[in-house]
Amino acid sequence: MTENTIIEIAGLYKVFGKTPEKIMPMVREGVPKDTILKQTGHTLGLKDINLQIRRGEIFVIMGLSGSGKSTLIRHFNRLIDPTEGQIKVEGTDIMQLGIPELRDFRRQKMSMVFQHFGLLPHYTVLDNVAFGLKTQGINKKTRNAKAQEWLTTVGLGEYGDQYPSQLSGGQQQRVGLARALCTDADILLMDEAFSALDPLIRSEMQDQLISLQEKLHKTIIFITHDLDEALRLGDRIAILRDGELVQVGEPKDILLEPADDYVEAFVRDVNRARALTVDTVMKPPSCRIASELISEAIRQMKQSKSEYGFYVNEQGYQGAVSRKSLEQALEQQGDRAIDTSVVNAGHVLSPNAIIEEVIPDTLESEFPLPVVNERGELEGEISRRHIARILSVPHDAPEASNEANNDDPPSKDLPA
Amino acid sequence: MAEKSWLTDVPQLDRETLLSIRQTLDEAYRGFSRAYGETIESWFDPILAFLVWFEKLLLATPWWLVILILAGISHFAARSWRLTIGVVISFILIGYFGMWENTMQTLSIITVCTLLAIALGIPTGIAMARSDRVQTIVTPILDVMQTMPAFVYLIPVVMLLGIGKIPGLIAVVIYAIPPVIRLTNLGIRLVDKEVLEAADAYGVTPTQRLFNIQLPLAMPNIMAGVNQTIMMALAMVVIASMIGVKGLGQPVLKSITNQYFTLGLFNGLAIVALAIVFDRVSQAYAKRSQQHIGSRQ
Repeated sequence: MTENTIIEIAGLYKVFGKTPEKIMPMVREGVPKDTILKQTGHTLGLKDINLQIRRGEIFVIMGLSGSGKSTLIRHFNRLIDPTEGQIKVEGTDIMQLGIPELRDFRRQKMSMVFQHFGLLPHYTVLDNVAFGLKTQGINKKTRNAKAQEWLTTVGLGEYGDQYPSQLSGGQQQRVGLARALCTDADILLMDEAFSALDPLIRSEMQDQLISLQEKLHKTIIFITHDLDEALRLGDRIAILRDGELVQVGEPKDILLEPADDYVEAFVRDVNRARALTVDTVMKPPSCRIASELISEAIRQMKQSKSEYGFYVNEQGYQGAVSRKSLEQALEQQGDRAIDTSVVNAGHVLSPNAIIEEVIPDTLESEFPLPVVNERGELEGEISRRHIARILSVPHDAPEASNEANNDDPPSKDLPA
Repeated sequence: MAEKSWLTDVPQLDRETLLSIRQTLDEAYRGFSRAYGETIESWFDPILAFLVWFEKLLLATPWWLVILILAGISHFAARSWRLTIGVVISFILIGYFGMWENTMQTLSIITVCTLLAIALGIPTGIAMARSDRVQTIVTPILDVMQTMPAFVYLIPVVMLLGIGKIPGLIAVVIYAIPPVIRLTNLGIRLVDKEVLEAADAYGVTPTQRLFNIQLPLAMPNIMAGVNQTIMMALAMVVIASMIGVKGLGQPVLKSITNQYFTLGLFNGLAIVALAIVFDRVSQAYAKRSQQHIGSRQ
């Protein structure tokens, strides 16, 4: 457990039924879920969950319906108690909390956003946002002022006097979000928060959540069944299947190195162009030219069998050079230092760019495009062939990861 | 005696045993009511005092003021001019046909019965909603209360407390309380689970949960229960008049025994008018107070 860990879950089991404790030995032996249900009438909800969630990250828990994700998120604030296992939040074992302490814990530490909003239909929108503070016994004036602020932040400043039923789904969930933010809790639990919204509104809400998170740096635990959403929001993603964790990792790990067939099947339909960033798929530059002289550069290219190279000096990346033009310059003017007449500054890609954004430039370019970070350093390259492969059948994906692939000579990337 | 077997005849206690069972139970109850009747009666003194005071108040107030107040209440509750005018006209007609005093008496006992039924019924309903065990125990009792003929439970009440207002009140409350209990229970149980879960996630105390969430959201059902309770209380007026409750029931009773058709009809219509007024006003109030829930743009 690093000091950055805010929530730690260890050995968590949840069995639904009349006498879950009696079933635990069976569960530990690894008897399958269906067999347990058939023999004992108990449902295995979660099995041996171990998770560490870091402060300030958006941690997405993903799975299909029935995978136990909603059960899992309800353990974080003990809306559901585990059959066995440990849940630590900021070092406190919340299983040890008594009823009043648990109530304080829920008021102060965590707030929650629900799939079907869970707004109080008999409260106005403003009172709904202020609900957490009202529960804490904060006076009306203070709580309303604060609620109004958050309502304005989510873009519903004018709607305070309306009732939830008068708002659209997207607006209602904004109210749900404002209510969760209004208590200033560090941890935000979002249970399929955007799943009930139509796609357009959903992506709007995702954007809003991302931009809010940039300012607030909360720890967000986000449940979804939508991998695109998971990839878009998550700093890390956990994939849950039949109550078991299948894989935990960064989006690119999930996409490029799926742990098993289940994850792979999930990943297959994902729009990779939108989910991956340049730095997760780029290759190391095949020919980095640091020498000053044209002849030296040509020699280097010949060595690495490249038709092109990326010229760098102390100031960082300068531009691309092609072997053809260097040879031409050498023939016509003799050997000399490389200068702007032979260097083509051209397009560069940012490592944080989404693949989708760089597709046009990459496809138009004859040579692979350099990836250059904000400090001007050359980090890697991406060719159109490379892009095509990433976007094609997922089975090839692990091969196309950012690990060095030296068996794939860069010269092959050249168009015929 | 071969032809008298249990195959052909219902197995039956012999007469002496049956008689002695009845006598023993009757004696025991008689003894109980002799011993405790007055004590139990004294428990109801505050209610009796209130009932008498309220009845006197209604009768002492000038008729036009009573109508004005009733019209005011119905207008506040329902915000409908049609209903308010209807209330005024029905009460003027009731007075015009010489039933003012009886109507005021009935009005007072109905009001007190309803208040009592609400005061007892809502907490009982809440207890039922909170615990399945309480629900399993209370539900059959309610079934008995609703199906047992009113005359049957008038007997022990009269034996215990004699005839008069209080036994009448108890009989009416027993008859009328089940709907408010049932619908309070139902209403609370029907509150959206996700809303309750949300409230729990924000750390509400059980009291906050009940008064801020469950009761307000159960209110449409509770109001329907209250409405039913009022209607059933009105239906009991005639039966209650048999044990000395004054009001519109007594003339009806008199008309049954003496075959006064018109007298019976007028008083019956007055009861109907009261029922309609109570029903429309309470329903309109319930509907209006829940307007924001579920109304979409």
